[in-house]
This record gives sequence, C-alpha cells and structure tokens, in this order.
Amino acid sequence: MPQSLTEKILSKAAGKDVSPGDVVEVKTDIVAFHDLTGYHVIEVMEKANMEKVFDKGKIVVAFDHLAPPPDIRSAEIQGIIRNFVKKMNLPNFHDINFGILHELLLERYALPGQVIVAADSHTTTSGATGAFAQGMGASDIAAAVVTGKTWLVVPQSFKVTLRGKPAKWITGKDVALELLGKFKADYFNGMSIEVYVENPITFPMDYRATTSNMGIEMNADALMFIPDQETANYIKSMRGYEPQMIYPDKAANYVDEYTIELDKMEPLVAAPYSVDNVKTVSEVEGIPVDQVYIGSCTNGRLSDFEIASKILKGKRVKARTIAIPASYEMFKKSMELGYIETLVNAGAIVTYGTCGPCLGGHFGVAGPGETIVSTSSRNFRGRMGSTDAKVYLSGPSVAAMSALEGKITYPRD
Amino acid sequence: MILEGPVVKFGDKIDTDIIIPARHLKYTDPQYLAQHAMEPLDPEFYKKASKGVIIVAGKVFGMGSSREQAAIALKAAGVKAIVAESFARIFYRNCINNGLPVIVLPKAREEIEEGSNVRINVETGEIDVDSKRLVGKGITGMALEILRAGGIMEYLNKIK
Repeated sequence: MPQSLTEKILSKAAGKDVSPGDVVEVKTDIVAFHDLTGYHVIEVMEKANMEKVFDKGKIVVAFDHLAPPPDIRSAEIQGIIRNFVKKMNLPNFHDINFGILHELLLERYALPGQVIVAADSHTTTSGATGAFAQGMGASDIAAAVVTGKTWLVVPQSFKVTLRGKPAKWITGKDVALELLGKFKADYFNGMSIEVYVENPITFPMDYRATTSNMGIEMNADALMFIPDQETANYIKSMRGYEPQMIYPDKAANYVDEYTIELDKMEPLVAAPYSVDNVKTVSEVEGIPVDQVYIGSCTNGRLSDFEIASKILKGKRVKARTIAIPASYEMFKKSMELGYIETLVNAGAIVTYGTCGPCLGGHFGVAGPGETIVSTSSRNFRGRMGSTDAKVYLSGPSVAAMSALEGKITYPRD
Repeated sequence: MILEGPVVKFGDKIDTDIIIPARHLKYTDPQYLAQHAMEPLDPEFYKKASKGVIIVAGKVFGMGSSREQAAIALKAAGVKAIVAESFARIFYRNCINNGLPVIVLPKAREEIEEGSNVRINVETGEIDVDSKRLVGKGITGMALEILRAGGIMEYLNKIK
C-alpha cells in the first residue's frame, strides 16, 4: 500500500505496516520535557518506582517556562530537575541560558522521519523538519522516558500544498491562521497534516516552524513539512551534516487536500478568545494596543526579528514592546545582524529564551482590560494573564507595525 | 463501570488554560488544583462540583496545553466523567491516565440538558438520561484497564 509520510514514519517506528485507526506501539527517537512539566514527569516516575531512562542520549531537557525563575517555587522546580539530570547523567540538558525547548529541538535534534514526543503541546514544532512530533502529558512522557516507547492511534493524513511565493509580509503564521480560519479548531482532530511546498526556498524553515507549531491549535496529531532541499539546507547549516531524507509515496492516500496560494494572501490575525477566530488585519485595524509581544516558540526566530527590525529601524514604539528571541543562537545572530540594537533603540525590552509572557507566567503578564498583540500561539481567555485581557495573535509584521502605531495596524511600507 | 450524577454543561473549545490556568501549574496536589478548576469561567466551580457531577460539553474539550493538571483538577474537584462531542487528544489521554472517564458523544449538548441526571456505562458508552438511552464511544482495552486501576501509575504498579 502506498503510504503518506505519517504512515511511513509510524510503520518504521512500529516495526510493521500501519493504517489510519490502528492503535500501535511505536519506538520514540527523542523524548523531551521542560521545567514546568519536567518536575511532574519525574514525580510520576518516582511514584511508579520506575526511575530509569531508556537511552540517555535520546532524552532532551530544557528550562524555558520558568526561565529565569520568577519566584522561589520555580527555582525549586528547576533544582529538582537539575538533580535528576545529574543522577541520570543526561548529556542533553539545557539550563536557563540556552532557550526554548522546541527551538532547541529544531536547531539541534529533530530529523526527518523521527518520532518525537515531549511533555508540551507545542512539540508539533519539530514537524517542520519532517519528523512526526507530538506533545503528551507528564504520565505518558514518564512512560516514554523509561521505555523508549509510546502508544498512539495512527491518524488519517491530510495534504496541504503551498503554491507560489509568499506575498509581502506573509509568513508561516499567516498560513497557520489561514488553516485555522478555514477549517476551525476541531476539523483536524485525529489527523496528521502533511505540507508540501512547491517551491521550497520561498518558504524557509523559520516559517515552517511557525506553521508546525500551531498544528496543535488545529488539534492535529502532527503538522509535518514533507522534507525537501530547504530541510536539508537548514540541518546542514545548523549542524554541519546532511540528514537522511524520507518522502511520502507518490500514490499516498490523503483523506483530503487543500492548496494555499501564498502570493494571494494578506496578513491575518486571530481575535479573542479563540485561535480560529481569524480575521484580516483590516477588520480589526485601529484597535488600541497596550502591549506587543514578539517572540515564543511560535515566532521567536531570526526572520521574525529581521521583519520587526525592518519596521522599527530608527523609530520609537508607542505600545510597550517585549521581544524575546527563542534561543541563545537566535539572540546571538539577531545581535550580530543589528536587530537587537534596532529593537532596543526603538524602545523594546529584549531578553532571550523564556516562555514567560506567552503563558501569562512572567516577563510581561497582561493586566485587566489590556489589549495585547502577540506573535505567540494562543489567545484563550486568561492565557497571557488577566481573564479580562484581550489577545490578538499575529505574525511579526503586524505585531511590529502595531507596536509602532500603538494600535492594530496593517503592515504597509 | 457505572457512574451517575447531575450534569454541568460547557460549550465548545474549552481549553486547558480555562480548566486550570498556568499560574497553578507549579504544583500537582489534587486538592490545591481542585480549588482552581475552571477558575476563569466560574471561580466557584469546585463548590458546585464537590457533590459529584458529570460534565457535558462541545467540541475539542481540553484543547491547548499538555498540562496534566487539567485532568487532575477536574477529577479532584468532583467531576466523575466528561461527555463531550469530541476531545483534544492530549487531554483525553491525560484523563485516562488519571482515572477520569471520558465519553465521546456527537450532539452531546443537544441531547443532554443542564442539571439532568445521567447514568453512564463507561465500557459500552451507554448514557441514560431522562428516560432515553444515548450511545457514545465507550472505553475498552488497555485504556479501560488503566481506568479500572484508577490511573496509569496504579496500573503500572499493579502489573509489575
């Protein structure tokens, strides 16, 4: 039977041919957790008396949600995990000065054809490399840490084709929002989305990571980009080696298909309080904005700060602005290219590698009645802080323009 | 497994930031989490739920974050089972792993009224409400074994 990329990866991991609907046990290539879920994973392992790891080299740990610790309990949680890492002698440990887990998986670990599970819903991000990557709860991840296996229901595969060159200001966020607006948050439940890019170089890894990241907002089991030249180039440039490629069969069976014409798109936003409440920028233009957040595992990459710097160069922001490159690598490159200087000169507060604002944790929690424009992935009620705060999700261009004008603004030249 | 209780209804797309806000995730104590279940929608939910209730809700219940505290909080607050038109995958697994039965029933909100008393057969998915019988998707196989044991840790300890 011809197989989709999903079916091919899961067949390999299950050691037998699988079909949609099958409940299968699969081997995991990478099992990961961060600070806020990690202590819970460890707690489950302790309670079940199963304190061992299946393969030290395949466990990845990163501190990001509570980085740097905003309170004593957060510091205590990180201490618990540091002790575990030491006890188990885990080599792939990233303390608070490395970056957000999903960005680190993308930069250093994820490969086409892998099965990646992590105790965080945005694990779908690694799908950008052509891995089958999904989030799970602490108990499921504890079991995977111990056994190197997990169970799952083989999803149906849905194919999305990206055609043409993205119109000005269009990035991976707009593609994610287009899918959410068109299909809504429940349509892809139980499906794996496979994205085929007709012209690979026009849709770089940064954009792909954003779209894959928001696969979880579509409730997809995974959102993968079919590996191509851009996948190989990215891995080569970040890690110095060529990845082994894997492709779906030509006659693969997709439950349905959808094509997005990138050159005909216009920037989109998701209005409160739902990720699928998608509108064009013109529909919400002029709404006053208190705070703008550019960052997160969704949009904290080089191209995001490149776009923001282009818009903010030599100007001053009118809304409070927080910019957070997702990792040390992204921060350092942004610094070398002058983006950090531009953002700081424009009045933004800049740090790196924390999830803080996105989940209403720290480093810019939304107050009652405030309106936020954020490049992160969720605008649920109370997500970024106060239950009364309103969050508009956008890509970097709309966020930077809105910061500049102090109100939601269409990115014009 | 038969469960019975009064219905508390919620809408579509109830996300895990609603079920348990992120500021409470630094702890896993069920009693602490129970007091904050559904806080953004109804800060008094745990009082309402304490006598034992069945949640009936719409699509992709539990969408969003992987936080396992969402399942722990609802169970500890007194939720005996959740009947929804569909569930988000991670949340569904978290419920099973924490011994909280979850039943998929298309048109759940249309068929079941707030406050009515329902009786659920977890294995068969049969739901008796107001003298009618609805049939949802029951829980079988290993998931049922985990539920019967009371959760994944209890299950793992039992089979060891």
